[in-house]
Amino acid sequence: MSDFFSSIVNYTFLQNAIIAGILASIVCGITGTFVVVKKITFISGGIAHAVLGGVGIAYYLGIPPIIGAFVFAILSAIIIGLVKLKANQHENTVISALWAMGMAVGVIFMYLTPGYSADLLSYLFGNILMVSSTNLYILAGLNVFIILVVLIFYRQFVAITYDEEQARLRGLPVDFLYILLLCIIALTIVVLIQIVGIILVIALLSLPAAIAGLYTRTLHAMIFSAIGLGMILTLSGIAISFSANIPTGATIIIICGLAYLIAINLTRFIHRKN
Amino acid sequence: MKNNVVEQIIAFHDVDFSYNGEPVLENISIEIDRNDFVAILGPNGAGKTTLIMLLLGFLKPGKGTITILGKTPAKARKFIGYVPQYSIFDKDYPIHVIDIVKMNTLYANSLFPSYKKEVTEKAFSLLQKLEIRNLAYRNFYELSSGQKQRVLIARALINEPKILLLDEPTASVDVTMEKDIYDTLKVLNCNTTILLVTHDVGFVSAYVNKICCLNRFASMHSVAELTGKSLFDIYSENSKFLHHHCKL
Repeated sequence: MSDFFSSIVNYTFLQNAIIAGILASIVCGITGTFVVVKKITFISGGIAHAVLGGVGIAYYLGIPPIIGAFVFAILSAIIIGLVKLKANQHENTVISALWAMGMAVGVIFMYLTPGYSADLLSYLFGNILMVSSTNLYILAGLNVFIILVVLIFYRQFVAITYDEEQARLRGLPVDFLYILLLCIIALTIVVLIQIVGIILVIALLSLPAAIAGLYTRTLHAMIFSAIGLGMILTLSGIAISFSANIPTGATIIIICGLAYLIAINLTRFIHRKN
Repeated sequence: MKNNVVEQIIAFHDVDFSYNGEPVLENISIEIDRNDFVAILGPNGAGKTTLIMLLLGFLKPGKGTITILGKTPAKARKFIGYVPQYSIFDKDYPIHVIDIVKMNTLYANSLFPSYKKEVTEKAFSLLQKLEIRNLAYRNFYELSSGQKQRVLIARALINEPKILLLDEPTASVDVTMEKDIYDTLKVLNCNTTILLVTHDVGFVSAYVNKICCLNRFASMHSVAELTGKSLFDIYSENSKFLHHHCKL
């Protein structure tokens, strides 16, 4: 492990990884909290997986994959949001279909792209050690944007996630806010994919917030706790994976999962004791 | 007793509503005046929820008109304080009672996280009025059913509504608490018109001045005309084919 700390000074890629991990933890704590309290992990999963379509098309067109991911994330957030709001039934079927179709589009375009696309695996499972300095600027920009939007609409997001019916009665633009929230989730997913990849993103999005939710009593406390937890879990994942020379994304997710299991059982134990 | 002219607050005129061709409400014509305290009684499936949704303007009648304070329900929404059943709330949501009450003052242009000082003060004074000020920083799910009901009433009152609409306010509340809630409502009734929907014939009749029996059709009775007849008789007369269980 001391090897890890001495390497931080020497290797830019490791510094980038750590900065990316911190940036990811911040947005992950903010957005993940809303995902957990509104119980929309499935919808978020749909958005995340559909992103592969954008990545594939970007490869094919020769533009940076993060742009493709960005466009597809926003598009799928809007489509899934509209489906959820307008279609009373079969909503889960439609989301599953978009989920799978997005991935299928990605696979086909990657196949059509000449040359070897090793990056497919990075996008599916993440490769934090490949985060470039340019990507860091994009991630920082997305962070600022997400924080600003959530700050501006904080009370309204709380209102629609707590009691949508009452929010409608108040005349709040519930549909707009809901789709805006999904877009924020989509942007967060674009950030997180850099770290853990499409397949594992839902765990990173929901687990720190879910752990925080076990012991916090207000939404803002849950957000700050989730950010802190996210940083601890992500950075320890990076350190362990670097030292043990195993994939970073998967390591982070296993640590998150273990932390969640421990937290749940600890809460049960404390409740029983009381 | 009242010398001033009675002001009509809510009027249903010949309202029909059906879901996919299945009639839920038919020929509903009811009138509710200022400061009425009305119980809408009916068994499960009588159309009570539909009636609430029509009042709030979330559903539109297939036939007939609904006027609230001279406006359409959707436009009159802001004058209605709606108290839903507390069971719809997610028990895991981390939020303090005081924030639930304040949330109901939001407008589409309420931006950034903090509330105005006046809003917080008003929320506290409402909690005080409903005798739950000590619960301001508790979580909703930690409260008893009666306390939850009071929180939701406080939330509805923060906008100073002209009409208070309550959905089963005494569902799964014990008899003492039920009386408590009705006593609270009776006090609020001095300057608010109150409508409550319930399937519970309990002792609501001691508090209300009008009873609307609902079972697809509606019939309105003023409590004064009930002398010599028990509420239960009226209720059964008006809903012949109804099998309900009276919780006593």
